[in-house]
Amino acid sequence: MLELLSFGPNGWGGQLLTGLAMTIAVSVSSFALGILFGSAGAAAKLSHSLVLNGIAEIYTTVVRGVPELLVIYLLFFGGSGMIMAVAGVFGYEGYIEINAFSIGVAAVGLISGAYSTEVIRGAVQSVPVGQIEAARACGMSRWLILRRVLVPQTLRYALPGLGNVWQLTLKDTALISVTALAEIMRVAHVAAGSTRQPFLFYTTAAVLYLLLTTVSTALFERAERHANRGVRRA
Amino acid sequence: MDWELMWDSLPKLLAALPVTLELVGGSLLLGAVVAFVTALLRLSGNRVAEILTTAYVFVFRGTPLLVQIFLIYYGLGQFEFVRDSVLWPFLREPMWCAILALTLNTGAYTSEILRGAILSVPLGQVEAARACGMSRALAFRRIVLPVAVRQMLPAYGNEVILMVKASSLASTITLLEVTGLARKIISQSFAVFEIFILAGAIYLLLNFLASRLIKYAEWRLTPYLRARA
Repeated sequence: MLELLSFGPNGWGGQLLTGLAMTIAVSVSSFALGILFGSAGAAAKLSHSLVLNGIAEIYTTVVRGVPELLVIYLLFFGGSGMIMAVAGVFGYEGYIEINAFSIGVAAVGLISGAYSTEVIRGAVQSVPVGQIEAARACGMSRWLILRRVLVPQTLRYALPGLGNVWQLTLKDTALISVTALAEIMRVAHVAAGSTRQPFLFYTTAAVLYLLLTTVSTALFERAERHANRGVRRA
Repeated sequence: MDWELMWDSLPKLLAALPVTLELVGGSLLLGAVVAFVTALLRLSGNRVAEILTTAYVFVFRGTPLLVQIFLIYYGLGQFEFVRDSVLWPFLREPMWCAILALTLNTGAYTSEILRGAILSVPLGQVEAARACGMSRALAFRRIVLPVAVRQMLPAYGNEVILMVKASSLASTITLLEVTGLARKIISQSFAVFEIFILAGAIYLLLNFLASRLIKYAEWRLTPYLRARA
């Protein structure tokens, strides 16, 4: 039975490995996109503009309150329609098709971003106001303060929360298999169907995910130790 | 926006609401039992029980729920002895498979929440209870558990919302709950936005109600924090 997992012509090992790479690629891309959305969302939530506050609030409430699968369906079925509508405004009338990878990254990134927004907002707020005042008193411009004082410390405070968001994002990528993108879950599903060994392949998928979550937990722990190297411990 | 289609689809989607509620209610109820037993075993001091429960929590928190659902629904049916067992009438039904997967999933997460809450009960309170002559079981029932339950409520509220959302995955094993039906209507009518808005609103409403309920429970359980009238 184990030869089904081998790398030969009769085995699914190669495809499972490609699926693993695809899962990592989707996860990393959506996590990065999520941090981008999260930073924008946090900036909007912390700004003094009521409109921006409202938009960010609606974004996080809706995306965090609606099932991930529904968001994926929205972009999967409606994504190219949305892009075509935007392209139509600019005078392009042709048909635009988006590949499954982009749709998956957009959907999971959107979800990841809603959670990142809250994490980053909390982290920004935990930077002591006194430090900002001190930086301004030293004559730093707003950008310099952002770059030298706010961002480095926000990163440190946000790291544990972002670790949780990463785990969520990683597990959410399994849902993209409904769009037929060949990541771990999709490969396992196809293999299970054609070999009639569902238990074997879903267990393999579970082991691969466990591997990913365990390794990334260790990596985030290292990153946290590195980020906190200058902080005195009680 | 196709308002007419939205208006026509609303009763259809609402008709799927009971399935979603059954999934959420059933798995939260059973999951609470699993979580309680798991948390107690993890704190029991028995090495074997500790290793087993730690492994259970590790596996179910470290893998996507979709894998767990597929493993139970498609995976278990592969074995002859499962198909011959008394459990087969249950494991054959997608509904029970979904409830089982959701139960085991929420059980793992909730047991960690409960374990943290139990550990956060001040030791002095337990010592005081013991000094009053309470047995360990009585002290646990009267002192530790009520304080822990109060303590875990905010985190548990998040878990309830996660479960409402997680119930949508049951649609991948042919169950027509709200998300499954929404997908079906979308693929028939291609009215992606209209249906997304409707289904999304149903979930938002459910989550809003769930969070209000938890807030109310929190308020009920903390009379000492309320200002005296």
